[in-house]
Amino acid sequence: MTKRDLPALSIVELRDFLRRKEVSPAEALRALEERINAVDDKIGAYLAHDLAAAMAEAEKADVTLPLGGIPIAVKDLINVEGQQCTCASRILRGYRAPYSATVIEKLRENGAIPFGRMNMDEFAMGSSTENSSVQVTRNPWDLSRVPGGSSGGSAAAVAADIAFGALGTDTGGSIRQPAALSGIVGFKPSYGRVSRFGLVAFASSLDQIGPLTKTVHDSAFLMNAIAGHDSRDSTSLNTPVPDYTKNLGHDLKGIRIGLPKEYMIEGVDPAVKSAVMTAVKQLESLGAEIVEVSLPHTDYAISVYYILATAEASANLARFDGVRYGHRAENVGSLFDHYARTRAEGFGAEVKRRIILGTYVLSSGYYDAYYLRAQKVRELIRRDFVRAFEKVDALVSPTSPSPAFKLGEKTTDPLQMYLADIFTNAANLAGICGISVPCGFAESESGKKLPIGLQLLGKALDESRIFQIAHAYEQSTDWHRARPASEVLAA
Amino acid sequence: MAGELDVAYVAQLARLHLTADETRLFQRQLGEVLKYAEKLKELNVEGVEAAAHPVPIFNVFREDNARDWFTAAEALSNAPRKANNLFIVTKVVE
Repeated sequence: MTKRDLPALSIVELRDFLRRKEVSPAEALRALEERINAVDDKIGAYLAHDLAAAMAEAEKADVTLPLGGIPIAVKDLINVEGQQCTCASRILRGYRAPYSATVIEKLRENGAIPFGRMNMDEFAMGSSTENSSVQVTRNPWDLSRVPGGSSGGSAAAVAADIAFGALGTDTGGSIRQPAALSGIVGFKPSYGRVSRFGLVAFASSLDQIGPLTKTVHDSAFLMNAIAGHDSRDSTSLNTPVPDYTKNLGHDLKGIRIGLPKEYMIEGVDPAVKSAVMTAVKQLESLGAEIVEVSLPHTDYAISVYYILATAEASANLARFDGVRYGHRAENVGSLFDHYARTRAEGFGAEVKRRIILGTYVLSSGYYDAYYLRAQKVRELIRRDFVRAFEKVDALVSPTSPSPAFKLGEKTTDPLQMYLADIFTNAANLAGICGISVPCGFAESESGKKLPIGLQLLGKALDESRIFQIAHAYEQSTDWHRARPASEVLAA
Repeated sequence: MAGELDVAYVAQLARLHLTADETRLFQRQLGEVLKYAEKLKELNVEGVEAAAHPVPIFNVFREDNARDWFTAAEALSNAPRKANNLFIVTKVVE
């Protein structure tokens, strides 16, 4: 173990090194910084990082705390006091957070150092990180491909060993899908489990903050730090937080896992299908019972999602008015002109598209036909999961219908991009928890290995069980040990 | 339903200036998205409660007490235009 190898450690491994005082927090941070400097010009995961500020925290770090002295990367839409928080949007260029999100306070209480602002699709709207107004982020496994999105900077950084772990947000799959495409672990908590206070809102009834990590153990470990009730978020659940690492290492005897027959659709990449079916057999060999289940309203989830998410976004983004913060258009005539030009100059194409769609479905004459109907179908989708979870403890599926796609491949066709979320966004509509773990590789035409993700969904507040199943699967395979080819990332 | 979307009109409602090219492009792209969403009409949703929210929590109250929060300087720290501890807005009355 040389200093140079430090960035390849998992969070739990680094914690052990720090506790034994074999490494100091400052040394770990410096090793990470060196690797970022060597590798990130190829990846483009970091929008900003402040080594001096983090080093000041590292010097004082208490390594007896659970995350003492461990740097954690943060998606650029979670406020950290004094740091930028731009949502990768022109409209928030130069914005400095005057306060910290609850998850950041909790990370710090546990000794962690929030380090780095990670690239993302603007306002978390996208599935490839190509909607960032700032820069392209590339997939560490194949630099001609996307890392997924919207938490693509967080995912690519963890995959390339330029972050020990990261926070992202998942509104329709934005943690799980980039985790799958980048070959790491991504966890979406149940709605209300993690406080949204200090998170810039995209779709308030769907958004959750969660961890992107190298292992399931790290994911559970980070959830221990960030989960819990917060009186500053009225949707936060006031139920006790268990130790999410407690069930790790338990076998799967007596666990029933459902295979939704509606998810076995055409259009799933053959390599994805085959990897997932092999993983299902593996779960069975570990003692789980596999049961076919039905989620009859699966086919409607994308439509419901894009009506509700855009409606909520159009309302949430009304706050960007060029008065209190952010970009403001110059030389405007009327007040209307002030708003319309400020927003035209500040927002990118996908954000504009979604504001238009969301405004339309909420507008007089169309509200009942679109918004209200979508809310009702959301209820039907939620009930599908309640019924399925009467029969099984978890559901298994691919995370994404395909491995990482090429940069530019879907940018001109929004509907195709929206369909990338086909297996993930029902979980947000239903408020349940879910994880993506690596389950194999496809091969690109140029012979590059492209990661495939296995999604496990659990009922609301049953995160411990999902961690148990995901951990048992992960530990019985070698997928999580694989790293992007060194020639791609040659330092 | 899809034929009724008028992007130029909705952009006015949304206080969002669009170029002629953007208006044309969004008209086509969002028309396709709305056409895809037409399948929601197949379902009978009579008697189904509208889910505004995935979890059943409503009306969370707290005591109406002052809390520590931003100072004026902090609240104004990101304002594009300010003076005398106030936000400068565009003229709203003639």
